[in-house]
Amino acid sequence: MTERSRPRLNIGAVRSTFAPWADPTAKPLVRFENVVKRFDGETAVNGVSLDIYPGEFFALLGPSGCGKTTLMRLLAGFETPDEGRVLLAGEDLAGKRPHERPVNMMFQSYALFPHLSVERNIAFGLKQQGMPKDEIAARVSEMLSLVRLDGLAKRKPHQLSGGQRQRVALARAIAPRPKMLLLDEPLAALDKKLREETQWELMALQQQLGMTFLIVTHDQEEAMVTADRIAVMRSGQIVQMGRPADVYEAPNSRYVADFIGDVNIFEGVAEHADGLSVRLASAESPQGFDIVEDDRIPLGSTAWLAVRPEKILVHLDEPPPGPNRMAGKVADIGYLGDWTTYLVELESGRTIRAARANATRFVDRPVDWDDQVWLTFARDAGVVLTQ
Amino acid sequence: MKRGLTGFNIAALVVGFGFLYLPIVLLVIYSFNASRLVTVWGGFSTRWYASLFRNEQLLDAIWVTFRVGLISATIATILGTLAAIALVRARHFRGRTVFSGMVFAPLVMPEVILGLSLLLLFVSLGMPRGFWTVTVSHATITMCYACVVIQARLAAFDQQLEEAAQDLGCPPIKSFFLVTLPNIAPAVAAAWMLAFTLSLDDLVIASFTSGPGATTLPMRIYSQVRLGVSPEINAVSTLLIGLVATGVIAVYLFQLRRKTDD
Repeated sequence: MTERSRPRLNIGAVRSTFAPWADPTAKPLVRFENVVKRFDGETAVNGVSLDIYPGEFFALLGPSGCGKTTLMRLLAGFETPDEGRVLLAGEDLAGKRPHERPVNMMFQSYALFPHLSVERNIAFGLKQQGMPKDEIAARVSEMLSLVRLDGLAKRKPHQLSGGQRQRVALARAIAPRPKMLLLDEPLAALDKKLREETQWELMALQQQLGMTFLIVTHDQEEAMVTADRIAVMRSGQIVQMGRPADVYEAPNSRYVADFIGDVNIFEGVAEHADGLSVRLASAESPQGFDIVEDDRIPLGSTAWLAVRPEKILVHLDEPPPGPNRMAGKVADIGYLGDWTTYLVELESGRTIRAARANATRFVDRPVDWDDQVWLTFARDAGVVLTQ
Repeated sequence: MKRGLTGFNIAALVVGFGFLYLPIVLLVIYSFNASRLVTVWGGFSTRWYASLFRNEQLLDAIWVTFRVGLISATIATILGTLAAIALVRARHFRGRTVFSGMVFAPLVMPEVILGLSLLLLFVSLGMPRGFWTVTVSHATITMCYACVVIQARLAAFDQQLEEAAQDLGCPPIKSFFLVTLPNIAPAVAAAWMLAFTLSLDDLVIASFTSGPGATTLPMRIYSQVRLGVSPEINAVSTLLIGLVATGVIAVYLFQLRRKTDD
């Protein structure tokens, strides 16, 4: 196979200058080195190596039981690794018990002390540090205003709403100024609207404090919105790690493509390449799929093309024949307000998901159920997957 | 469904409570009897209360009983708490089921057998019977009750709270005292009260394990009754009933206040 150059593209709509992971001289704050953890013969974490840098907002994302919470508990000290090492600021944490580690955790259940008032909950960690009383009082009131709970200092946890409890838990965890804050599914118990608001608040807070945050979540949106980098986990291993845009727009496997967001996956065989594009023969599109040149797929091999719904265009009038074109009938329409999702049934019987942003309030001719439509997408809209 | 009191309900209440409390009411009334004869009403008087406080033997027995109760209830509560922690926290260890079953065994074992076995133990150890053997025996028996009460509360306690405390820099033992203990305190107090009351009441085990100079109140009452009922016994029993009732009501009010706090 000849050397073929791939054009360098900017991935995603986000431009970030904060990228310590790309800097070889940057020192990680946390380093997992080939960490393995087993429970009763079951491997919960299977050889994870991971660097998290100071000031980073890092997300561990995966379905329940993928080992993400165990990884966090290994860092907090509630579990000890069977193999490998966990380092904090270059120092091996082995033998250090939870109360000796300068990281704090916000528990999924919040774990607020029910017998203590809000202010005494927040002061708990400060007292353990032996901070003088007046400093504690000052820090507590600073924390209360940071999480907008002024005036609730004397309340007991059971007198607070779910959202307020969540903020007390957050304030309590950041009050001792840990080197790192661990958040275990911090927003899982909140309703959707509050969850979205809190995501933005968490980001603002992290920026303001300059603290390193590690969040564990099964909610891909939560991870995408908040994190600088995401590690997608599956059965105890990290399957992909990168910026949210990398993981979304350039997934490295069908698993990741499918786990993060919606996706249509087409199977095809590479049958022609001309230096600019590769042609995939597929049953779904009469003239196959034309995709950007990719040297990972030798001619004759099977590959998968993953195309996100929002990158597929829906036409009511037949476009000129060509590749990346499919015909079908509208089987279902989901109107979400900001987006409309169309489920289009192809002649082959396969259902394709296409989405359109509702950028205007009025349209000339709306798409209706059972309409004959054509779906097209750009040559660079899809990502080729080999596994 | 009618939820108020029907004629049948009232009758059931009267019969049931009468059965329970009539003897006690009689005892209280006769403790104020002026007559020396227990069964003949000779007018109201508090003379037996006065004579009670001059009866050295009886006062001594009361003092012994309280000391035994206080010390054994405290030991039982501490041991019961420790056992409850082990049984609730350590979910997987060899023989856990056996241990949790064995904690309950003394609850159903006949007291006579328990008393006898404790006596045999003290004899074979060559321990002179007296104050400490009664105390240790009571602690052993009441510990099981304490454990059951605390175990129930501990099982409902969120163990992540202690993890949270440790995460915030608090060592494990201190976390227990700062977080777990305040949260299970009502159960610990209830367990202590229960242990104390059981020790106060006990006649069988005390008879087996006590020795000279350590006669508890139930033992004294029992031995005096054998010689004929003295109205002083009625008086001391009334005081005992008053004390236990006060304790029960105090615990009830305390819990009521906690509930309204929540």
